[in-house]
Amino acid sequence: MTKRIHVSTTVNGDEVDYLCDPRETLLDCLRDHLGVMGVKEGCGTGDCGACSVTLDGRLVCSCLVLGVEAEGKEIGTVEGMADGEVLHPLQRKFIEHAALQCGICTPGILVAAKNLLERNPDPTETELRYWLAGNLCRCTGYDKIIRAVMDAAAEMREAS
Amino acid sequence: MALDGQKTAYKYIGTTPNRPDGLDKVTGRARYGADISVPGMLHGAVVRSPHAHAKIVKIDATKALAMEGVKAVITRADFPEGLEGEDWDIQENCMAGEKALYDGHAVAAVAATSPLVARDAAKAIEVTYEILPHVTDVDEAMKEGAPVIREGAADFSVPEGLHPNVVRYFDSGRGDLDKGFAEADLIIERSFTTEAAHQGYIEPHACLGQMGADNRGELWVCTQGHWFMRRMSTAVLGIETTNIRVTPSEIGGGFGGKTTVFIEPLSLALSRKAGGKPVKMVMSRNEVLRATGPTASASMDVKMGMTKDGRITAAHGTFRMQGGAFAGAPVDVTTMLAFANYDIEHVHHIGYDVITNRPRQAAYRAPGAPMAAFATESVIDELCRELGLDPIDTRLKNAAKEGTRATFGPKYGPIGFMETLEAAKAHPNYSEPLGPNQGRGVASGYWMNWGGETSASVAISEDGSVTVSVGTPDIGGSRASMALMAAEAFGIPYENVRVNISDTGALGVNEPTHGSRATYASGLATIRAAEECIGKMCKRAADKWGIDPEAVVWEDGCAKPSGPNAGEFPPMTIAEIAGEMGGTGGPISGHYEDSPAGFSGSFGTHVVDVEVDPETGRTTILRYLVVQDAGKAIHPAYVEGQFQGGAAQGIGWALNEEYIYGEDGRLQNPVFLDYRVPVASDLPMIDTVIVEVPNPGHPYGVRGVGETGITPPLPAVANAVRDATGKRICKLPLRPSRVLAAIQGKEV
Amino acid sequence: MAELHLWSGLRALADGKEMVEIEGETVGQVLDGLVAAYPGLEPALKRGVSVAVDGQIVPNSRNHPVKPDSEIFLLQKLAGG
Ligand code: FES
Ligand code: FES
Repeated sequence: MTKRIHVSTTVNGDEVDYLCDPRETLLDCLRDHLGVMGVKEGCGTGDCGACSVTLDGRLVCSCLVLGVEAEGKEIGTVEGMADGEVLHPLQRKFIEHAALQCGICTPGILVAAKNLLERNPDPTETELRYWLAGNLCRCTGYDKIIRAVMDAAAEMREAS
Repeated sequence: MALDGQKTAYKYIGTTPNRPDGLDKVTGRARYGADISVPGMLHGAVVRSPHAHAKIVKIDATKALAMEGVKAVITRADFPEGLEGEDWDIQENCMAGEKALYDGHAVAAVAATSPLVARDAAKAIEVTYEILPHVTDVDEAMKEGAPVIREGAADFSVPEGLHPNVVRYFDSGRGDLDKGFAEADLIIERSFTTEAAHQGYIEPHACLGQMGADNRGELWVCTQGHWFMRRMSTAVLGIETTNIRVTPSEIGGGFGGKTTVFIEPLSLALSRKAGGKPVKMVMSRNEVLRATGPTASASMDVKMGMTKDGRITAAHGTFRMQGGAFAGAPVDVTTMLAFANYDIEHVHHIGYDVITNRPRQAAYRAPGAPMAAFATESVIDELCRELGLDPIDTRLKNAAKEGTRATFGPKYGPIGFMETLEAAKAHPNYSEPLGPNQGRGVASGYWMNWGGETSASVAISEDGSVTVSVGTPDIGGSRASMALMAAEAFGIPYENVRVNISDTGALGVNEPTHGSRATYASGLATIRAAEECIGKMCKRAADKWGIDPEAVVWEDGCAKPSGPNAGEFPPMTIAEIAGEMGGTGGPISGHYEDSPAGFSGSFGTHVVDVEVDPETGRTTILRYLVVQDAGKAIHPAYVEGQFQGGAAQGIGWALNEEYIYGEDGRLQNPVFLDYRVPVASDLPMIDTVIVEVPNPGHPYGVRGVGETGITPPLPAVANAVRDATGKRICKLPLRPSRVLAAIQGKEV
Repeated sequence: MAELHLWSGLRALADGKEMVEIEGETVGQVLDGLVAAYPGLEPALKRGVSVAVDGQIVPNSRNHPVKPDSEIFLLQKLAGG
């Protein structure tokens, strides 16, 4: 058995650590070692975005990051979006706009959309569509997802 | 059946409340197939053939079994012999026997203490193959001299003299074709091809199986239908159906592709061999694309005749489809629905189901219909163009309506095809001006929908809230629809209804969520079970009041005395009746089961505007309109979602998606980067119009809506590209290189 | 007697007839009567067919009632995605 490596990192603000095989991806570590099951695997090759997380604020596909690379970093997942029992506006708008059918793409899209709105609180529809182009949704045709994000962005701008 | 007794005024139906599983799904709490772990669990991995067609000479697992952490290896030798018919097909597809039949065919599987060890062990299993000649194309597979996939696979229907790869033959029609074509002012005949497309659900197949030496166990799995899952898995293993209890997880998309089994019987067999330890198996995307799904590919010839004023006089279609190494390409449905939109007197269809060295096809949204629509709706478009006719007016002239004898035989009941055409014509998208290199396409489609075996229960809780238990997994918001229908039936708030998807131990057999049946059939069963509860509650109130139960009516969530002799009593709410039910006769619940036959088909008409870049051949979708008959939209937002999702999948099939096999018979594009489904920047907003022509076979008028939407996009997009470029392209997908070649006048 | 219509592929197995008249009060009885009259149809029915009675498709419902003047069509076996 390959020697396993000890990794200390932060997930949604909580300090955690795990032992990982150097071949394991961050996605594997989050799911299999830390039980962070909101991060989904749709492809394992960086093409679907279901595994989207932030790593020190940068949006990444966790299936393309090695588990050992998380050492000392801050990881953000869908589990960290709500503030206690208060949902993030994006989460609320996704439910209200019926922006999910099966919901398997939803965690990744929420993480990606939140990251965009932190950089650009007022994206155009085209900017949003290109930002989300790495997040596949097979169920919705994206229409309601785009509407939900635009609506959440508008609400967040008003609130700030 | 008349519309009498069908409700028309609703309090909850037609509203768009938040779905009950929404919170779990936006917070990451919802548990899908790969999201469950249990103590002591092992991980499985599958060894797959790298060859399109090969004899399996030897499988040597010695090295793998010697590895630390490896607990079990299985091959076909671990499965019973003597299965027949479809059961044999499924077993052979789950685990190859004498031959590997396609690139990706499972030949062995291993269970180990971690996913990495399992993967390493799978690589250490040595398989010796003797490579055989292969064929992956449908037309090639029918030719004399093509490699034979399996002798004796053809059934009784195949006429003498055809290649043994032709396994089923269909021939249907009516009227006198010669007469019909003689009446035509213009006859157009074209040949078409469509490629295999994968359902492309974002969640790969995943399961957790546990089975002991007594052949009893549990299966947690993402599936569209857990009773199908149970029946097929146990059949493959040769054990009693009831031995396995199947619990469906949340499901990350299916579109027909999760109505059969792949890894699930393997996980159970591995578990048994590993002493009953649970075994989790999760497919990679590569495995999903190489070894599950896709739909059939098709090669088709369609000939239609039309009079100058736009009446279709005759139609003939020949449809050749390959569905992989097993019988089952949906050519039966293709032939049935090819011309079903229209009232045509003289019509004939011929269909060939052909086997090739490709994965066993699985149902994909309206299986068989989109290919046929591509061919027939393209020919109609061409006829309209040549005759200078408006495509919507021409369709209106020929459209099937109530009483029309369908091209497949029976007469239609109330249907909404004309209404979709009229709404499409009236929509502003149909009169938007078009610029240079832009074009507009129109096409229609139909899906006949389904009833299917259905069993559901409704139970009243002590506080008057209600639990609904159905057996159709919720893929796109059906729990919200069931809750709305229950709320409507009881006259109680939507929030007071909880809907559960029960496991196989809790209800009678349910067919999967397929054929656009869940909202129709489980909804019908929910309403009927609710009515049984209401009857019982009226009786409890009548007993209390000392009056005849007939003199009690149910209104707005209350039992009320009614009629001249009922007497004066204050209404009893559902909460009051429920609060004392323990002392008035015990728990109150209702149950309903049926294979309901009152389903009715849904027609749709799509209008698309495209712009084609003359330099690159790239097609951009500018505008897209879906108009479809929902009968009655229970939760309109999720109905729209079905329309939009179907359209997006159809657009992908039309423009980009295709299975590409190399000379070596291996799949060249088993990754999402190369199997390119539409992304957000590929699509515009998708406009929708919900037409409501109620289905008399459902208490609230529901028609299934899930499948029709994938049918019109293939021809609609091709017709729009024709309009923009002047070129009729009869092959899908309309990838840029192909469109560019057409623009440049080259052969495509 | 109910009128039972066969798709053209089945006609060869039923002496070339497009329509046959069969006695029966349910779909099951009519199908049994059909096989009794034309045993060549048995494999086709065994493989599975759908039946439309007076315009309504009644999959696997052998007990669906049939009226003396019903119009019945045999259709290919249906399913969905
Ligand atoms: S799983 Fe990481 S991008 Fe698909
Ligand atoms: S909602 Fe199913 S993939 Fe997006």
